[in-house]
Amino acid sequence: MSVLSESQIAEVLSRIPYAQELAVRPLLMGDELTLILPYAPHIIGNPMLQALHGGAVGAFMETAAIVQLWLMGEPKHLPKPIGVNIDYLRRGTTKDTYARAVIARQGSRVANVRVRAWQDNYDNPISTLHGNFLIAKV
Amino acid sequence: MEREKIKQQKLERLWQLAPQFIEGTPHAEFLGMKFVAIDFGRATLSLPYAKKLIGNAQTKVLHGGVLTALLDQASGLAAVSAFEEMRPVATLDLRIDYMRAAAPEKTIIAEAHCYKVTRHIAFVRAIAHEGDIDDPVASSQASFMTTGASSKPKDPLLRTKAAKDLPPASKVKP
Repeated sequence: MSVLSESQIAEVLSRIPYAQELAVRPLLMGDELTLILPYAPHIIGNPMLQALHGGAVGAFMETAAIVQLWLMGEPKHLPKPIGVNIDYLRRGTTKDTYARAVIARQGSRVANVRVRAWQDNYDNPISTLHGNFLIAKV
Repeated sequence: MEREKIKQQKLERLWQLAPQFIEGTPHAEFLGMKFVAIDFGRATLSLPYAKKLIGNAQTKVLHGGVLTALLDQASGLAAVSAFEEMRPVATLDLRIDYMRAAAPEKTIIAEAHCYKVTRHIAFVRAIAHEGDIDDPVASSQASFMTTGASSKPKDPLLRTKAAKDLPPASKVKP
């Protein structure tokens, strides 16, 4: 695998208009990719509690999975989600959120991915996602 | 007859409050979700297609996460309407199956059904489609937890004796 660069990842993100809309940006440390979802008032789901919307966090984690898969295989087309499971563990607060995806198993057509999203502390995730994605043929 | 009247009043209140549940949720507004209908334990929302919601610039198909947000919101509203008293809820978990790609330019409709509530937990199934529920785009299964601490109904309407005889919302057939 070639050496990754943040500009390469930004290029993948530019193919995902909704990720652009959420202003998702990459942070690369060696070959470990973290995506950042910057806090914005429009991702609030409960204004009384000032909690992030589960859908926004879910979309963010799904994006992390798709980008990670794309980087591993660099297929012609973006991977498509087949089914995902999301657990909401803590309330997302008005801060930036981070996500990192790990590919649990990659087959020739389907990949199983696990994603963790956190804010203050990596060990206290606000949400986790695991799901299967269809990898388009290279 | 008193029972019927209270049920009717409760339903009217649901119809009054449900649109605010969407308008008052910044992220739902941001995505452009629209309130369609509500009943005890049931809610329908719609989401018009928009360029900013695209997940793949090449195919112009909606981002899966947009469907996640829509199904979550519709399911949450169905959960809120299923409790004896309306209470805010938080999603505990959500499972989504993406059956096919959403067709570009088409409005998505999400129909949610809360088929069971316990004292604090609601179980909800939802389907997202483009007008034909037998040709779904995605389906979901979720559970919600109430976030309000109160156990006594604040609503004076629900403190009446007749309200106690009301069947649980989830058992009411539309």
